[in-house]
Amino acid sequence: MFERSCKEVTRLVLAGEDQRLGLVDRLAVRLHLRACKACPRFVEQVAFMRLAMRRWRAYRESDEAAPPAT
Amino acid sequence: MDDFARAVEALRPQLLRFARAQLRNDAWAEDAVSETLLAALEKPQSFGGRSQLKTWLVGILKHKVVDQLRRHQREATVFTPDDAQDLDDGLFGPNGEWRELPVDWGDPEHALRQAQFFDVLEACVEHLPPAQGRAFMMREWLDLETDEICKSLGITSTNLWVMLHRARLRLRECLQANWFAADGTKAV
Repeated sequence: MFERSCKEVTRLVLAGEDQRLGLVDRLAVRLHLRACKACPRFVEQVAFMRLAMRRWRAYRESDEAAPPAT
Repeated sequence: MDDFARAVEALRPQLLRFARAQLRNDAWAEDAVSETLLAALEKPQSFGGRSQLKTWLVGILKHKVVDQLRRHQREATVFTPDDAQDLDDGLFGPNGEWRELPVDWGDPEHALRQAQFFDVLEACVEHLPPAQGRAFMMREWLDLETDEICKSLGITSTNLWVMLHRARLRLRECLQANWFAADGTKAV
């Protein structure tokens, strides 16, 4: 029931960016991530892209000439 | 021209850039921006100086961008062969396992501090196939819920999921190739 391949987990992680996953899928992803070495990296990359898009947008929408510095 | 009109007009190039990134069509972008400037000049009193002028204009522009997408719905969702290309098979083996371990991208803040990173990001988004790029930007920049995107573009939700899935995988691949694989830029 909770068995998912990396390919399926990847699909679910991406779908999770745009919709709330069902309970079974959420649990399956969580279990998979605990046992997998590759997929947690993918999850981090997706989080990175989300953050990057948000920063880029903030920078284009505001009057700042440069990306928000630290 | 009064000061307000001059200030609004001065922002035209920035608004155009914003509209082009979303619409991927120069004529539609010009129309969206012209409509925005017109609306702004007709009702300067609604600005009221509460926010930055640009922020206010971008708020109007977002609506005009959606109007354009609705108006050109059919052309906006024409699939190119690129749109149809599925990246999954390149990434995964027959049993759905990663062919290659995804690379550790390190601390995001390291990349996000650098202006060049945003140039690469912009180029990568521009390289998305047009229909995919539009859907992706509606989600990321216009902050629309998926059912609104489907309605505006006249596509099914299944279609949209596929487009967003492919867009994100492509963006990932492009960033990997053009930022993280490039020497000296990756967080150590």
